[in-house]
Amino acid sequence: MSMNGNSPAQHIVVAIVEDKPGVLQRVAGLFRRRGFNIESLAVGHSESEGLSRITLVVDGASAPVEQVVKQLYKLIDVVKVSDLTDEAMVSRELVLMKIRCTGENRHEIIEIANLFRANIVDIATSSLILQITGDQEKIDALLDLCKPYGIRELTRTGTVSMVRGNRTTTVKEIESDEITKVHQSQGRRVSDSQELPFSSD
Amino acid sequence: MVKMNGSQILLECLKREGTTTVFGYPGGAVLPLYDAIPEFPEIHHVLVRHEQSAAHMADGFARATGEVGVCLATSGPGATNLVTGIATSFLDSTPMVAITGNVARTLLGKDGFQEADSTGITQPITKHNYLVMRAEDIAMTVREAFHIASSGRPGPVHIDIPKDVLQEEVEFIWPEKINLRGYKPNTKGHTGMIRRAAEAISTAKKPLIISGHGIKWGNAQAELVALAEKANIPVITTFLGIGGFPETHQLSYGWLGMHGMYHANMAADEADVVIGIGMRFDDRAMGRFSDFNPDATIVHIDIDPAEIGKNLPTAIPVVGDVKQVLPEITEIIPTGDNKPWLSWIEKVAEEHPSLEVRETRRLIPQYIIRSLYEETNGQATITTGVGQHQMWAGQHYFYNDPRQLISSGGLGTMGFELPAAIGAQIAKPDAEIWAICGDAGFQMTLQELAVCIDERAPVKIAIMNNAYLGMVRQWQELFYDDNYVSVAVTQPDFSKIAEAYGIKAIKVETKADVLPAIAEAREFDGPVLIDFHVDQEENVWPMVPAGAALRETIEIPEKELIR
Ligand SMILES: Cc1ncc(C[n+]2csc(CCOP(=O)(O)OP(=O)(O)O)c2C)c(N)n1
Ligand SMILES: [Mg+2]
Repeated sequence: MSMNGNSPAQHIVVAIVEDKPGVLQRVAGLFRRRGFNIESLAVGHSESEGLSRITLVVDGASAPVEQVVKQLYKLIDVVKVSDLTDEAMVSRELVLMKIRCTGENRHEIIEIANLFRANIVDIATSSLILQITGDQEKIDALLDLCKPYGIRELTRTGTVSMVRGNRTTTVKEIESDEITKVHQSQGRRVSDSQELPFSSD
Repeated sequence: MVKMNGSQILLECLKREGTTTVFGYPGGAVLPLYDAIPEFPEIHHVLVRHEQSAAHMADGFARATGEVGVCLATSGPGATNLVTGIATSFLDSTPMVAITGNVARTLLGKDGFQEADSTGITQPITKHNYLVMRAEDIAMTVREAFHIASSGRPGPVHIDIPKDVLQEEVEFIWPEKINLRGYKPNTKGHTGMIRRAAEAISTAKKPLIISGHGIKWGNAQAELVALAEKANIPVITTFLGIGGFPETHQLSYGWLGMHGMYHANMAADEADVVIGIGMRFDDRAMGRFSDFNPDATIVHIDIDPAEIGKNLPTAIPVVGDVKQVLPEITEIIPTGDNKPWLSWIEKVAEEHPSLEVRETRRLIPQYIIRSLYEETNGQATITTGVGQHQMWAGQHYFYNDPRQLISSGGLGTMGFELPAAIGAQIAKPDAEIWAICGDAGFQMTLQELAVCIDERAPVKIAIMNNAYLGMVRQWQELFYDDNYVSVAVTQPDFSKIAEAYGIKAIKVETKADVLPAIAEAREFDGPVLIDFHVDQEENVWPMVPAGAALRETIEIPEKELIR
């Protein structure tokens, strides 16, 4: 385990991409084609309008990271790529897990949850949902402890990361409005309310 | 305020981008577009007979001129027929814009009549693609597409437009500016790297330039020649790089790879500094990567950063436009003569000749191509299909211009030869264009003979008719114990086919008839097909077996010398 809780084979790559339909397919297609494994992938809006941020955790053994970065850059819709692996950074993932429990062992589980600062967000007769945020190391440890009770359902958001300190991985360049307008509509479905001819002839 | 419909906007934008020719085939989804074509007399539409050929013609047009080739097809089957041609362009980095119609917006994704997820299909075989959902976005999309297709490392860009977007009326605004935040190709090489490259070249005892297709797209032949001449560096090329460095230049030592010249392969294996310029160290060129000249220092100059270190570890990468980078290197390297190194290569070439055309009684393709070279004074533009004839066309014609050999090197698409020749001929009506065809590949696109007539394209078609899928037969002979499976093809009478299309045909069965046939075809003002009945079992040599290293190049075996 490295200082930021990720195993050394894993790389965290952040891609700032144009917020357009199809971008995710392009990124995913690139990984599929080269046989690179994606351990996790998290996407959402970034601080700049029109740009999304994708955080990829890739298995360095399957994917030479330099190639991953360069191939990502080849995609026209990818604006900036940063390999955060060797940076001092904060990495977090949110996990929900539904754990089997009985009246007897519920308290035990709650105690474990408290130790990890996990929250109980739902409780029922024979199960409860734990929510935990943290780096992989912490999440893996909690998972190990919960396994014996029976994990009925598990969902993970995938890692998101940010460099510590004053540095950022943002994109400085601002697009003019007219260009943004076109870029954001490209490939986007028109709203249903709009009247359109039905037949394609 | 000018109102136009999507079709008119598209054509207006093509016109403004300088498009003179569009290769296409109509259908339901592009009917509105075809409806508007007569309003734009500046744009000539060439009606092909299969959409694959539309893409190959646009590709041939682009390779012959350096300009963006444009092809057009309808939705569904039209778009899927384009795919082979787009992939061919993608692997050889040719600037192309492919336009398809699609079903109306509300029908997208509902498996309507002639609907295919066209952009989904072309995404991995294009440099970029677009699905345009509003007529007001067409202009910007076309501008971006031409910019992306023709800049940096060129490539095909696909634009898919639903039919109702082609019909939608909006105000036409020509975007003065485009801005692609995620696409800023780097043309200027890093000064420090250029200095290091120059140092490596200056101190090398056995420097070798391997130049590629990038010389053509970068228009950098003169810059390459200047670099090689200043320090007397021998130059070999990749297959697609043929002609990038004049092959009759005294520093030219042919091309390397699976069917490259023996001495070129040995030089690549022996060099102490390998300077890759506008090329990508492809497996067909380099042989087994792990055994490619492990001691050489590799300098790699290319515009695409993703090619650096992709296949081989690069000691000195220079990312930039060859036209800008090469003069900077030339300026700082000292002159040199490299005498011992040049004589080493010459000695190997003398002892292991690769390009001798054997004296035979039988009609062999090598003889035909060499004769064509001599008869045309090396001035013709040659297109090829894929297979043995392609390799012989690369070997036995000598090219001095980067645009002279037009061949599908990357994807290896049979059937490329005829449509590519037609595209090149339409781009350069006065050029002498020869399509060197395989008898099998020719049958994949022969319907385009009709276009030669339609367009009065005086393409000369030379079929190397060995009645075999020759290259596959060669592999079955050499690596599968002569077990010939599905390689012997019953051929139609190609002369009759040509004549059925109204094209002059000549059949040649003996060596003595070769020169007269070439002369007759050259004199005739119009397309001519020559059906050369060549020896059936001639093999291409030298050869680096698949997965072998360059130093394992095999020369023509004794028994074939005397055949
Ligand atoms: C579309 C396509 N299908 C299959 C192949 C595999 N292939 C490579 S060379 C070859 C034989 C080509 O025969 P022909 O056109 O007669 O040329 P020859 O090798 O005989 O000169 C084949 C089938 C290919 N390159 N392209
Ligand atoms: Mg053949």
